[in-house]
Amino acid sequence: MGELKLMKGNEALAEAAIRYGADAYFGYPITPQSEVIEYLSEQNPYERTGMVVLQAESEVAAINMIYAAGAAGKRVMTSSSSPGISLKQEGITYIAGAEIPCVYADVVRGGPGLGTIQPSQADYFQACKGGGHGDYHQIVLAPASVQEMADFVALGFDLAFQYRIATCILSDGAIGQMMEKVVLPDQKPRMTEEEIKAKYPWATTGRKRGTPHRIITSLDLDSNRMEQHNRHLQEKYKEIAEKETRFEEIQCDDAEYVIVAYGSSARIAQKTIQLGRAEGMKIGLLRPITLWPFPTKAIEALIAKGVKGFLSLELSCGQMIEDVKLACNGRAKAEHFGRVGGIIHTPEEVLEAMKKQIIGE
Amino acid sequence: MSEITLQDIIQPENLVYEKSKLLTDKRFHYCPGCGHGTVHRIIAEVIEELGIDEETIGIAPVGCAVMAYDYFDVDFQEAAHGRAPALATGIKRVWPNKVVFTYQGDGDLAAIGTAETIHACNRGENITMIFVNNGIYGMTGGQMAPTTLEGMKTATTPYGRKPQWEDGTPNNGFPLQITKLVAQLPGTRFVTRQAVYDAAKVRNCKKAIKKAFQNQMENKNGVNFVEIVSNCNSNWKMSAVDANKWLQENMLPVYPLGDIKDNFELINK
Repeated sequence: MGELKLMKGNEALAEAAIRYGADAYFGYPITPQSEVIEYLSEQNPYERTGMVVLQAESEVAAINMIYAAGAAGKRVMTSSSSPGISLKQEGITYIAGAEIPCVYADVVRGGPGLGTIQPSQADYFQACKGGGHGDYHQIVLAPASVQEMADFVALGFDLAFQYRIATCILSDGAIGQMMEKVVLPDQKPRMTEEEIKAKYPWATTGRKRGTPHRIITSLDLDSNRMEQHNRHLQEKYKEIAEKETRFEEIQCDDAEYVIVAYGSSARIAQKTIQLGRAEGMKIGLLRPITLWPFPTKAIEALIAKGVKGFLSLELSCGQMIEDVKLACNGRAKAEHFGRVGGIIHTPEEVLEAMKKQIIGE
Repeated sequence: MSEITLQDIIQPENLVYEKSKLLTDKRFHYCPGCGHGTVHRIIAEVIEELGIDEETIGIAPVGCAVMAYDYFDVDFQEAAHGRAPALATGIKRVWPNKVVFTYQGDGDLAAIGTAETIHACNRGENITMIFVNNGIYGMTGGQMAPTTLEGMKTATTPYGRKPQWEDGTPNNGFPLQITKLVAQLPGTRFVTRQAVYDAAKVRNCKKAIKKAFQNQMENKNGVNFVEIVSNCNSNWKMSAVDANKWLQENMLPVYPLGDIKDNFELINK
């Protein structure tokens, strides 16, 4: 079972897509995630599994290729980094409206604008709070290791097709670029035409004579139907929030203070916990694995267990902190600490922030 | 002697024409006199005659034909504005055994979707593109399109489209010859310009559209691109009859009819 390799996060993501039996990748190069399309092009997955790889003329075109191929029942993926993801927002909101399953990775870099090619977590709002227009959500998975870059491809596709929703793998430049050991899954076969037609009757695969034609659209000019459609989407989001919220707790059992951090920040936080515990402080880590849905109930449970304060640790000026504060709802202290511009916090400065902002004198 | 009623005439033995089975009973929202209805009918007839309705996936644009998916009894996807060629690429690459076509207007294909158009054509995607050019934005109420003629009045060129000012500084730009442009690309197999304003033109147009689908069915590589010079009597602010006359007198000198490229070879005229 599985194969042990040393790989970059971006490469692990690409390899996992081939092994999952994905049908296509449509992308456009942008630092720090160009390894995804380079690896796929080098691997020639069309020879291995029949998987299509295409470099599109733009991120806009790539996400619209995803829209169409996903709407035709295929497992398709794209990836980009922050400025490119901004361009993809048009397609992402259409995907939400038309309920098309797909997976895309955002290997986040610093902004705003062209910003920097260094790692960042400043696109939490974009991924979790909308990004495009309209009332919608997408499932947001936050990998904290190269292993999770690979694992979340399969999880992302499974969730995407179960709920007919986009799954965003919200990574960052550090996780995408760093090399680690990764256990890759065995190769799965791609689905056949018969399997796709049987499993996804909504997909536009060519309608059978005597059966209604399928229409994939996000448009409806009838206000009553459009309201119903929006209500239906909200019901779906509610169900996902109830069933699919994922998180990891590290040393939270006896914790009085908890760092909330995902991705690269969660890696730093683990070292901070060691440093803090060595000084006798009872610090734990809550690592959201799904950023949307956010693990609100996990924070509530920690407060009920006696946690007095939360430090939202982010490579941003303070985005996830809003969800941490909403979860605390005044019942516990919640503060933000972050570095930006491509700088990654040191475990020591995080501990200092914890002492100063949360624990106090 | 009693008068002959409509019911007396509508009898099976008098049948000379019927609606394609692949057009739904949904009532067209198109303005009376508009060319879209005729183009829809031709496409439906062609798909029916070729027997490819179980393999065909259509892509609707943003524009007047945004709800084309309601009128064709085949699977359909609605694209974001201008992105239809990217959608067609996405489908055709993962379902090479299906027949994929886009249906787009001039604003969709030649303004906001220019990049998608050029690159799908340049890659030589094995798809069919139907391009209805009436030189104006219809759905949004008659604004300038990339194909609007010089001097033509629209809601955003109320004094007439003026490509440049007198001293040569740029203004509204020139009518975009997008069909000529895509014909220059090595990825286009068949490029033609048609019209539907009279019976003869409808017949020619149908032949061209049929070929554009047949090429794809036969797995002949390359884009099949059919422009249809059409009217917009509502936004041209003319009667349907006058609009068709105006089309012949003004549109056709700029957008002359006929095949432009066949089997990857440009046709010299």
